[in-house]
Amino acid sequence: MALLQLERISAQYPGSQPVLADISLTLGPQQLLVALGPSGSGKTSLLNLIAGFVEPSAGRITLDGVPVKGPSAERGVVFQDDALLPWQDVLANVAFGLELAGVGRDKREQRAREMLALVDLAGFEDRRIWQLSGGQKQRVGLARALAADPRVLLMDEPFGALDAFTREQMQELLLQVWQRTAKPVFLITHDIEEAVFLATDLILLAPNPGQIVERLQLDFGQRYAAGESARAIKSDPRFIETREHVLSKVFSQRSAVPRQERA
Amino acid sequence: MSSYDVSAAAVKTPSVSIPVRRSLSTRWISLLTLFGLLAIWWAVTATGLIEPLFLPPPSAVLQKGWLLATSGYMDSTLWQHLGASLSRIGLGLVFAILTAVPVGIAIGANRIARGVLDPLIEFYRPIPPLAYLPLIVIWCGIGELSKVLLIYLAIFAPIAIATATGVRTVDPAKLRAAQSLGATRVQLIRHVILPSALPDILTGVRIGLGVGWSTLVAAELIAATSGLGFMVQSAAQFLVTDVVVLGILVIALIAFAMEMGLRALQRKLVPWHGQAH
Repeated sequence: MALLQLERISAQYPGSQPVLADISLTLGPQQLLVALGPSGSGKTSLLNLIAGFVEPSAGRITLDGVPVKGPSAERGVVFQDDALLPWQDVLANVAFGLELAGVGRDKREQRAREMLALVDLAGFEDRRIWQLSGGQKQRVGLARALAADPRVLLMDEPFGALDAFTREQMQELLLQVWQRTAKPVFLITHDIEEAVFLATDLILLAPNPGQIVERLQLDFGQRYAAGESARAIKSDPRFIETREHVLSKVFSQRSAVPRQERA
Repeated sequence: MSSYDVSAAAVKTPSVSIPVRRSLSTRWISLLTLFGLLAIWWAVTATGLIEPLFLPPPSAVLQKGWLLATSGYMDSTLWQHLGASLSRIGLGLVFAILTAVPVGIAIGANRIARGVLDPLIEFYRPIPPLAYLPLIVIWCGIGELSKVLLIYLAIFAPIAIATATGVRTVDPAKLRAAQSLGATRVQLIRHVILPSALPDILTGVRIGLGVGWSTLVAAELIAATSGLGFMVQSAAQFLVTDVVVLGILVIALIAFAMEMGLRALQRKLVPWHGQAH
């Protein structure tokens, strides 16, 4: 029962404008928290803070009450560009976290096979990384993060580089995996439909400096996980209404803030 | 003449000539060039255009090669000279890899190590090894040690610099991925940094071997009592031109074989290099 808490987090890189200001949020079991925002709203910085790659300039991040210090296997990360290791085959990549933890070969490969089956990649164990498509690489990245059995899963625009068809498949796969593993997921994206479809909790970030301007509780992902079809959900008037609401929020933020976006 | 004929035929029947021209691969063109050179060599010596003292015919060089391989020249056979040269470069290479790769990793990964080691390497690297050979001879004598040390120094710098470059250009996302899977600093080096830098390390070894081989032969020309360079040099003093030519050919063949072997090794060890992944 993992509980991730951010209390009044601010972040600032030396000699520049603050990137994030006064962010508070909690992420617990059964939650899929999506941070949505345009470029420069500090989404990736927020994820890097939670992952422990950078330290906040103010505030506190805790996981089950223990302060977060540096990266650790308890917070698994799926990266935008897969960040897989090309000198290992698919199975070894998925088993990598367990190898680092000193788990024996048989045990870690068995676990890796289970994870590959979970992301529908059974039979791909011996493939080389460069023989995979973009969607397959992201599945391996997801399986690798899950194999280390993290307490929370962090996803950095995981489907941003995929084509539209693959992206929809991957969103559905993520919901299935989330349902089955029951791990809290923190996902960042700039795709509004993706955010509304996946999130149980949606936070909308605005830039200069990055701040939360809206919080929504949604249930479309849960409806998908409960068996409703993705097309039925996405054509539901409530879904469209929510999507338009979020869209208008994003645009009102855009016009309110003078254009000084950073990539 | 013949090339004109081929292109004329190509104009007439393009559908036939295109596969014909394609079948002549780059490798064949290179081979034909080599055979052409050999033929010219044979022609100018067989017709007496050039005296054997300046350029002996290929057959004489071959015969001498057989003689050298069986009975020897200057108290040792061709194999002994070859063995002397190869063991020197082999020793130098092994020590260079064992020390330069850790040094390169240190330079690439640690600020203080970079501050200490980088200027030292950059200071001695541009000096031609033969310029400090006399100093090495004064310090270490004229024995094997000074030659191995010279080769070692010549190979060390390219490998260390290439390794440091490889370490510095490791994909930060891969480092973060390993960190978020719980990798310690040592595990990062072992599982991410070293394999990432391997293509660069092998390139450094290739460059280092090329430099080392030419340095070795040059050093043997100056100060040695065995080795291919010594063989060529002593033969030249007595105007035994066929041994000189043979020695040069063997030196070239070894360099070629080392380059090809390392390229094959690179393909085998780092098949992901150059792949879009």
